[in-house]
Amino acid sequence: MNVLVYIESENGLPKKSSLEAVAYGAAIGSQVIALAQSDVATADLGKYGADKVLQFNTSTKLEASQIADIVAQAAEAQNAEVIIFAKSILNDLAAPMVGVKLDASVASNVIALPDLSKGFVVKRGVFSGKAYAELGMNKAKKVLTIKKNAVTLTEKNKSAVIESFNPTISTSPIQVKETTQKTGDILLTDADIVVSGGRGLKGPENWGIVEELAKTLHAATGCSKPVSDMDWRPHHEHVGQTGIKVSPNLYIAIGISGAIQHLAGVSSSKTIVVINKDAEAPFFKAADYGIVGDAFEIVPKLTEALKRAM
Amino acid sequence: MKILVCISHVPDTNAKIPFKDGKPDLTGLSFVIAPYDDFALARAVELRDETKGKLTVLCVGKADTEPTIRKALAIGADDAIRIDAEPIDAFFVATQIAEVAKQNQYDMILMGRESSDYNGGQVHGMVAAMLGLPCVVPCMKLVLNGNIATMHREIEGGKEVIELATPFVAGCQEPIAEWKIPNMRGIMTAKTKPLQVLPAVSVASAAQVISYEVPAPRSSCKMIDANHVEQLVDLLKNEAKVI
Repeated sequence: MNVLVYIESENGLPKKSSLEAVAYGAAIGSQVIALAQSDVATADLGKYGADKVLQFNTSTKLEASQIADIVAQAAEAQNAEVIIFAKSILNDLAAPMVGVKLDASVASNVIALPDLSKGFVVKRGVFSGKAYAELGMNKAKKVLTIKKNAVTLTEKNKSAVIESFNPTISTSPIQVKETTQKTGDILLTDADIVVSGGRGLKGPENWGIVEELAKTLHAATGCSKPVSDMDWRPHHEHVGQTGIKVSPNLYIAIGISGAIQHLAGVSSSKTIVVINKDAEAPFFKAADYGIVGDAFEIVPKLTEALKRAM
Repeated sequence: MKILVCISHVPDTNAKIPFKDGKPDLTGLSFVIAPYDDFALARAVELRDETKGKLTVLCVGKADTEPTIRKALAIGADDAIRIDAEPIDAFFVATQIAEVAKQNQYDMILMGRESSDYNGGQVHGMVAAMLGLPCVVPCMKLVLNGNIATMHREIEGGKEVIELATPFVAGCQEPIAEWKIPNMRGIMTAKTKPLQVLPAVSVASAAQVISYEVPAPRSSCKMIDANHVEQLVDLLKNEAKVI
């Protein structure tokens, strides 16, 4: 089975999420083809299981429709049966477009390797994290977007063959006029650890303790919906059902009561720690570890204890 | 402006989803317009008023979805289309929407970034690909100046300001508009607004749910004394092994 994996990069290196997508491909395919822009370093792609790297050139930042164009052309040229994207805002949109172009079955937010004994069955979250569904993908071609931690990174140490590829890329009618993006910060969706604050922090001026804890843990910062609604924090930090859904190894919630909509965004986290002054906060029922008390005292102490221990 | 808003009929997001015989048992739950679709609808009502245009809502679903469709009419849509079929998968739903759109030349097709039941987030992209239209997801602000739309689009860790001409497809999310609550006049007029029921175009299933699994509840929460936070550090390091 030929598997095509679309690679996203940052500072010339494949994103970790894309390497996970390569590892996912290597776990199911006989031939794994990574599709990457030509300025992306290829060593890690082979390391995690790519047999071939298909390189293309582009001078502009790609829109989802252009990614879909390129991926669909590559899939046809390489006879790929399965196309894998790591979950991201652009990839989430490109995947269904590829599905239409290739007449493929599409599954988003896949959280584990497929069960091939029953055809091609993938597991994905439904009802906003309240349940999982085993989804049978019926068509000959399959397009998947995979969530962080869907597969463990294992080294295959292949040296991938490099091949150049010249797809036709149509121009996009979407014009980007302005971009504001925090650089240097760890992105919520990529982070292994997320520290989130809620209304219990009483105001945006108190976020220093959250940021200090996050910095100590090399974590991303998130927040609850009321906090982003009140503009204490930007919307792209809002974790929950109508915000970003995260699945880190460790999620630390500070001053968040744990409304069902917030839990929906964090339920697939491996370990959850809750710090809240209200012992009855519903979040404690969904947590692995809890501390009842004043966040303004506990969080700085926790940061200090972590600094000593790490 | 001719605007089409596509809505999903979903269980109330405050509801716990009960499972019976390995399937979600939705009987007795209250249903709502999917939250993201509701944001798209709210902005569409404002844009319809601004441009003195026409706003149609579309839902793929059986007759039990009609109260949800009537609610969208009460919020402000001018008329509605129901495609009389179970929404079996994203490809099926997108095909139905594209079919209606081909016959109606909408200036914009709006919906939520994803539904809150199956969370696929695929329909907007599929509709755009089927119709050859540009697609913006997630759209957090949408302002019109003639036929040029200025939008805010969320990107990882920030946002972009983008421009494009109609027609287009957009998957919306807050803070594009505040949810609207229907007023009494809206509720009364909704009863007489046109709701057209159309048969579905036949489409082979691309994917189907074989079984469900409810996540195991976390084993009880271990409480740590607020005066001994170093115990938490120890547990995270040696028990959970996450730091």
